[in-house]
Amino acid sequence: MRLEAPAQTVTFSFDGRKLQGVPGEPVAAALLANDIRLVARSFKYHRPRGVMSAGSEEQNALVTVGRGAQAEPNVRATTLEVSEGLEVFSQNAWPSLRYDMMAVNDLAAPFLGAGFYYKTFMWPRSFWEKLYEPVIRRAAGLGALSGKANEDTYEKAFAFCDVLVIGAGPSGLMAALTAARAGADVILADEDTAMGGRLLRESEKIDGQPAVDWVHNVLAELGAMNNVRLMTRTSVTGAYDQGTYAALETVTGDTAKGKPLNCFWRITAKHAVLCAGALERPIAFPNNDRPGVMMASAVRAYLNRWGVAPGKAVTIFCNNDDAHRTARDLHAAGIKVAALIDSRDDAKIDGDFPIYTGAQVIQTKGRHGLSGITISHNGGTRDIQTDCLAMSGGWNPTVHLTCHMNGRPTWREDIASFVPTPDSVPGMVTAGACNGSFSTADCLAEGAAVAADLARGLGLKPKVTVPVADDAAYAVTPLWAVPGKGRMWIDFQNDVHVKDIKLAAQENFRSVEHMKRYTTQGMAPDQGKSSNVVALAVLADATGRGIPETGTTTFRPPYVPVPIAAMGAGSQGKGFAPERFTTSHKATVARAAPMIEAGLWYRPSYFPQAGETHWQQSCDREVGFVRNAVGVCDVSTLGKIDIQGPDAGALLDFVYTNMFSTLKTGRVRYGLMLREDGHVLDDGTTARLAEDHFVMTTTTAAAGLVMRHLEFVLQALRPDLNANVISVTEQWAQFAVAGPKARDLLNAVLDQPLDEATWPFMACGEVDVAGVKGRLFRISFSGEHAYEVAVPARYGESLFRMLTAQAEVMGGGPYGMEALNVLRIEKGFITHAEIHGRTTAFDIGMGRMISAKKDCIGKSAAARPGLVGDERQQLVGLKSKGADNVLMAGAHLFETDAAETRVNSKGYTTSVCYSPTLDTHLALGFLEDGRARHGDVIKLRDHLRDITEEVEVCDPVFFDPTGGRARG
Amino acid sequence: MANLIALTPCDGLLPISEGSMELREVALERCVSVAPFEGKQKAASDALKAQVSAGLPAVNRRSGAVTWFGHGTWMLAGDVSLHGLAAVTDQSDAWAVVSIAGAGVEDVLARLVPVDLRPSAFKTNHVAKTMLGHMSVTITRTGPAAFEIMAMRSMAATLVHELQVAMRGVALRA
Amino acid sequence: MRITCPNCGERDRREFYYQGDALALSRPASDAGPEAWDDYLHNRDNPAGDTRDLWFHEAGCGAWLVVERNTVTHAVHKATLAEKVKR
Repeated sequence: MRLEAPAQTVTFSFDGRKLQGVPGEPVAAALLANDIRLVARSFKYHRPRGVMSAGSEEQNALVTVGRGAQAEPNVRATTLEVSEGLEVFSQNAWPSLRYDMMAVNDLAAPFLGAGFYYKTFMWPRSFWEKLYEPVIRRAAGLGALSGKANEDTYEKAFAFCDVLVIGAGPSGLMAALTAARAGADVILADEDTAMGGRLLRESEKIDGQPAVDWVHNVLAELGAMNNVRLMTRTSVTGAYDQGTYAALETVTGDTAKGKPLNCFWRITAKHAVLCAGALERPIAFPNNDRPGVMMASAVRAYLNRWGVAPGKAVTIFCNNDDAHRTARDLHAAGIKVAALIDSRDDAKIDGDFPIYTGAQVIQTKGRHGLSGITISHNGGTRDIQTDCLAMSGGWNPTVHLTCHMNGRPTWREDIASFVPTPDSVPGMVTAGACNGSFSTADCLAEGAAVAADLARGLGLKPKVTVPVADDAAYAVTPLWAVPGKGRMWIDFQNDVHVKDIKLAAQENFRSVEHMKRYTTQGMAPDQGKSSNVVALAVLADATGRGIPETGTTTFRPPYVPVPIAAMGAGSQGKGFAPERFTTSHKATVARAAPMIEAGLWYRPSYFPQAGETHWQQSCDREVGFVRNAVGVCDVSTLGKIDIQGPDAGALLDFVYTNMFSTLKTGRVRYGLMLREDGHVLDDGTTARLAEDHFVMTTTTAAAGLVMRHLEFVLQALRPDLNANVISVTEQWAQFAVAGPKARDLLNAVLDQPLDEATWPFMACGEVDVAGVKGRLFRISFSGEHAYEVAVPARYGESLFRMLTAQAEVMGGGPYGMEALNVLRIEKGFITHAEIHGRTTAFDIGMGRMISAKKDCIGKSAAARPGLVGDERQQLVGLKSKGADNVLMAGAHLFETDAAETRVNSKGYTTSVCYSPTLDTHLALGFLEDGRARHGDVIKLRDHLRDITEEVEVCDPVFFDPTGGRARG
Repeated sequence: MANLIALTPCDGLLPISEGSMELREVALERCVSVAPFEGKQKAASDALKAQVSAGLPAVNRRSGAVTWFGHGTWMLAGDVSLHGLAAVTDQSDAWAVVSIAGAGVEDVLARLVPVDLRPSAFKTNHVAKTMLGHMSVTITRTGPAAFEIMAMRSMAATLVHELQVAMRGVALRA
Repeated sequence: MRITCPNCGERDRREFYYQGDALALSRPASDAGPEAWDDYLHNRDNPAGDTRDLWFHEAGCGAWLVVERNTVTHAVHKATLAEKVKR
């Protein structure tokens, strides 16, 4: 019921029913204004539930917003803002919220207590997967996911400040104001739609003016300062190392145009002030979960801030003075206060309404909403008609963030609550209600004081002026649970009641962490914000220990649920990883070449031509180009590292197994690089461009790794070496031109023709490529007469078009990764399929490349026993015995008469292909003592594809073993 | 014989604008990295000053045509001869360089870059070697609401895409 | 987690590549023998407390750093250029 007709309304819907609401107010307020009390069904027993709180701690009123892919489940109606056309749906009920079939669970409640699942679904074992789990999964959970891809947009962002103030109640506002006036960079974050905290929800005065006016003035001052950032609708969800905080911002407005739903902030702050306030805790009395039973502070909030009375005849049940305000405010607003029930005998209360001290609520009634209560008083009982019961078991300081880095809160007997332990999070201080200081005057003073301290620490000169405010003392006498007939709910969101916790204690789950896991108390989306202290008080009572001794469970981030989509914002689709495109990418895609990922790079698999229906046809043709005419392939993705300096040669000698300081200028050499543990790191060619200038190539996969390795050697191992390295991978577009007609092709594009005498195998140097200065390397990864020609990347696309067009004139053309792979397997050239991290130079037949004349990375370790010797699996070639037998990569090798079991495995295959050149299937692999077994017939077994074949062991160089073609 | 045609890294991608922000390509004609050899930093800086009238700036700074470019490395827009003093390497084609300018660009970069780029912390000619999304970048403030960003040439499309998405997000919020 | 790079200042952990114990700076002589090499390559303490390890500012300035930090408190005490530690 609204106190006054609102100036402006919008239409939203709840379960299809059109309702009026005030834009920006919480859906919970609008539902209460429309006298809707039943809003949800509980998690386990499907009990009718209503709005309980007025904030992010809400346990009951979880709803689904929107439809289809846009539907978002488990949204708290207490923080969701009303807007025109908003569609809200209840959850966990079928066929309807009012008549929910699953409410039978509630009748079966005596059997469904804590531990029911653990005890019941133990046997027979085979029933678990087939019967129990599917049934339980169907029944479990609150809101359901749509099952469709999320179409909404999310953002993430970084922010920095001197002082992060978390919470904008009285202490937060004073802290922000004091720090900002002193000149500090301040971020003030608050989860609410408006700043002010409880000052917006109470009828109080500050400096003689209404508190809301004071809030308004402070915000106006802060808003005008350049050094202040005000972040409303922003929950700080976690405290992390070195002053890093996570925060979830809810963005409002038109999301249809791509405006994000949330922004997930990472805030780095030199200091933080936690002014998170406190949360009111419920009292566990019989059937305390009926719609209409609410927190006393929430009733005040709906009344004072949103002008909504949650009931027509309200009762209040409390154990502390603070809740008396609810009665006073309701009474002042003209709402009937049916009774104020204070459990304390000595409570002092004035008011023109029925007052019962030393009394307790022992029963409630009303199936879909509260209609009356029974109280015990003066040894008798009394029934009272009421449609709203405002309860308060006292206040719990919101200590959560102080516990995110292993901090444990401290019990304070006088307020019967946990408070933060100082210095629990480096750089974070606490002020106000979250610190256990509950009066407005104390909050204002503490906020100002801690901020002034921080400002002084930053070298600033703060002035502290604290306004005059309410200084009412907070008096509370603990009352956790009221015995009686019926269940006394503690964790409303996970349906845990007093008996469950006692059962846990009885079954010896006495540690608070064990109790939590046995009963699931505190495991729901709200993480037990309201229920934790009550639960552990009941556990303490059941185990005969004190509350401090019992302790709390661990508060972990996030403070409120954070959508995974917000954390991963920007990383969906193309945002997942950068795409690296070569300069020939467009021209390649234009030829309809399917692209494959090579790390972050995209490379062509093959270049299909008209009439080809299978990749194998294209691949075979492209292999033929290279073996018989000329092929062109973009090899720009290989790492290129420029190495200069007087000690450049010495550096190479140290990182490669073989010698490079002896390499002549204008020549290229193949090099093998080891890790310090003796295994192969990478291989490639390095060219000497001048006496003190080399350019190294790495494999595509290891380019970053090798760069990091070289920097490590230069900075951390051998700073005595005077040489500098820098990546030039991106500077040069480089193309392999391979085949018997390679020189002819190049002579068509180079300004000066090549000849064998000046450009022998493994020569390198500068050339003029169609008027542009480029580099040429006579190297071959196909075994053919071949070159790699490089030009500055701006000319890459143009050169690729020129080379491929020329190749096509000569009966060749571009080739892709499939053909490149076949060509290198035919020649027994290795890739990272072979040097996969567990192979040594000895294994790949390059043991003699480890120079005896010098030390190098990995040399000592490579000589260790076990890394050399006949028992090692060594690189071999494998030829199919039957011409049509396709060989399988990853298959294991066995003696022909051995069982195909793991212990009998003698090796495995690493690379396979069909060789159009030799018209047979080939494989490279590793075989125990393989180099001594050329000519033997063994067995290949692929357990995954259920294939067994006989293969002949041979030299890994299948084609042109003398290498005459590359030299010719 | 046909000559080779030069294409810039962001060819066909830029310029774009969102709200009052503009993202444009900065064409690099010639640039070289300069990494002084052991004990030669001062000599290299002096030689540089003589040739291009700007020495080697401090770390995280740009001075004239010379920008700090990482540990022991600077980038010169132009060319220089420093034989025996520094490793000079042609980088003219290695980088996609863009400028982003207009009210709100700090907010755009705050969505992608984990470094404080607000005017109070990051002034004109300040340089940060950092990340933009998942990419390594070099960011220089060139004016009150203007930055220059260098990323690897091969990642030009991703650079533009990431910036465009963030620009749109900020423009929608304005 | 944030590390103060001697070149770049305080930076987020995501810019750094983690290598391992700073013991890797003390490479044995090639003839130091199998035990010395075994210790260098494989044997590491797993301290609850202060550690010294190597990080590479890969997405930043490209400097290798020796970082002193505490595995219990997560405090990062200091970061030094590896080349300075080595010299």
